[in-house]
Amino acid sequence: MKHILGVLVENNPGVLSKVSGLFSRRGFNIESLAVGVTEDPSISRMTIVVKGDSYIVEQVTKQLNKLIEVIKVEIISSDSVVRELALIKVGATPSNRNEIIQIASVFRANIVDISKGSLTIEITGDDQKISALVDMLKDFGIKEMVRTGIIAIDRGNRVIKVSGAK
Amino acid sequence: MRITCAQAVLKAFKEEGVEVVFGYPGGAVLPLYDALRESTIRHVLVRHEQGAAHAASGYARSTGKVGVCIATSGPGATNLVTGIATAYMDSIPMVIVTGQVPVEMIGRDVFQEVDITGATEPFTKHNYLAKDRDDIPRILKEAFHIARTGRQGPVLIDIPRDVQEASIDFKYPNKVSLRGYNPTYKGHYNQIKKAAHAIATSKRPVLCVGGGVISSNATDEVLELARRIKAPVATTLMGIGAYPSKDPLFAGMIGQYGSYSANKAIKEADLLIVLGARMGDRATGKTDEFTKATQIIHIDIDPAEIGKNVSTNIPIVGDVKITLRELLKFEVDREDWSAWQDIVEGFKRDIYTTRQYTQGLDPVAIIKELSSLCSDETILVTDVGQHQLWAGRHFEVNRPRTFISSGGLGTMGYGLPAAVGVKVANPDRQVVLITGDGSFQMSMAELATIRQEGLSVKIIIFNNSTLGMVRELQQHYYDGKYYGVEMLGNPDFSKIASAYSIESVKVEKETEIYPAIRKILDYEGAIIGEFSIDPNANVIPVLGRCSDETYIRRIG
Ligand SMILES: Cc1ncc(C[n+]2csc(CCOP(=O)(O)OP(=O)(O)O)c2C)c(N)n1
Repeated sequence: MKHILGVLVENNPGVLSKVSGLFSRRGFNIESLAVGVTEDPSISRMTIVVKGDSYIVEQVTKQLNKLIEVIKVEIISSDSVVRELALIKVGATPSNRNEIIQIASVFRANIVDISKGSLTIEITGDDQKISALVDMLKDFGIKEMVRTGIIAIDRGNRVIKVSGAK
Repeated sequence: MRITCAQAVLKAFKEEGVEVVFGYPGGAVLPLYDALRESTIRHVLVRHEQGAAHAASGYARSTGKVGVCIATSGPGATNLVTGIATAYMDSIPMVIVTGQVPVEMIGRDVFQEVDITGATEPFTKHNYLAKDRDDIPRILKEAFHIARTGRQGPVLIDIPRDVQEASIDFKYPNKVSLRGYNPTYKGHYNQIKKAAHAIATSKRPVLCVGGGVISSNATDEVLELARRIKAPVATTLMGIGAYPSKDPLFAGMIGQYGSYSANKAIKEADLLIVLGARMGDRATGKTDEFTKATQIIHIDIDPAEIGKNVSTNIPIVGDVKITLRELLKFEVDREDWSAWQDIVEGFKRDIYTTRQYTQGLDPVAIIKELSSLCSDETILVTDVGQHQLWAGRHFEVNRPRTFISSGGLGTMGYGLPAAVGVKVANPDRQVVLITGDGSFQMSMAELATIRQEGLSVKIIIFNNSTLGMVRELQQHYYDGKYYGVEMLGNPDFSKIASAYSIESVKVEKETEIYPAIRKILDYEGAIIGEFSIDPNANVIPVLGRCSDETYIRRIG
């Protein structure tokens, strides 16, 4: 089972290594980790995807909470808004370039760079959507790909806030 | 007032009530040492940085105060590592200050640079690299706060040399604001109520107490609970001293090397009340065979410990003392308890008799003699190995903070420097160290510290010329094919003693045991008593290979 955690942390150097160290040390599997500053510049928010059963998720949450610089840990429900950005560089020739552009447009992806031998596509979406595009592009030869890891936010009025911290 | 950050560190120590620091100097802490020279805080110079950390830990364990140690950058800092990990595993409050190379040099692999915050991150409660002079007062305030509150633990502060030299306007904060750190002290009312009901309706309750009872100073509350509900009390190794051994309800130490009565009582219980114990693997063996209890109440200040090793149906996050006080307000008293008490008494009588020793002294007999000659005030420090477990099982410990031992990490070499810290903190109390010839040699250099500080520590070496604990494991699990356990080349310990002008006594005959122990306890000053014990003596008299389960069941 995959679980998405929203984690508010102090925006200090060293926090990332403390969090990632905890995962490897305790044998938790991180599938992805994305981090960036929040509306409050002193706080960063991490979105962590972990694999494991409910025991693991409980342990991850409790162990994260033990880190002094972790302010809040919440499990984000699976029907939240979940997004990831990927940049994919595909091999392209004058003969297949149009085909690739068409595929990209079906996925509402953008062509962000073009050269004689390649096209770079930018796509945002959830894991499924990105995987589907990657699948389609494989035949053309993917030269390089970078993904941000997912970020997620709850739907509706629900927010992860500092007040009433752990 | 403008002072240097080094002076600020010392001022902060004063504010926090620090009276003594254990340390070892070097280039990166020169400013700190210069400030120490001018300070009224006592500095105890050890002989190895690991000794400074262990001494600070012994100091903290025996007093409940935060232990403090200092070392230089690079090798000084890495030498502390085992001591920090030892303290972390046993939740000991400590503040460790290390020197670091100047800020501009960090990351360039300059002389004696090591990333000590990175290295110690897995086994410090928190750590800081203090690169900004203005952060120094706040960091010190936070460090002491974090070390001594919640689940206690070591906190390390790494201070670059140029920051130590930099001047600041010193103002010590009177409050900390840590939005990510807010331990829960008061247990949840409904959970406590549920626990009270479970207790009142239980038939065979057992209390299992750990080191958390000692750190939260909850021994009176535990005693009251046990007596009111007439439940036998078992302790973990870290819980020794949390309940008086001489009390009739005391059932002994649990675990792989624990007593039959404690393990059996836990196994047969219908309700287990776990207090400030993390139920580690050495305490429980196979967790699914650990107990038949259908109800488990677990009170601990660290939520991460609850449900980690043993699943609990009444978890209560909170300070043991505060939570027990609330619990004791409920009707917890039970009607029918005498039958269960009789059963547990029966377990206690079912003691495995040890065999006769022919090749040397019986270690258990020595411990029992020692125990009978020591008062409840005596602080017993142990090292790690068979002698530790004999001491844990057969020395009668009746007061908290009088049994000092490395539990979670099992660090050989802990004993002597820990005894230094204990004696520094308790100059008027009898401090006895029980160590093995292996463990002792790991920290033997600290005899100089004992000598230099004039510490009257009574050192009892159980000399079996073997790494006994490992030999015992090889006997059980490798059919007695011994390798790497014989301590050939052991020194003459009385000569070692005399080289440091320390008194000594050597005991080889049974009849000498009593007079020697008398001499050791009565002698004014440090003394080493070397007892030649049977090299084949085991903690657990089990024959042959066996599963953990029978191993535990057969324990005497
Ligand atoms: C630093 C360290 N190294 C190795 C061990 C593994 N170990 C555990 S007990 C033991 C033997 C201890 O020998 P000794 O101090 O002579 O005590 P005895 O068991 O003989 O009483 C060893 C090697 C350890 N616990 N700590």
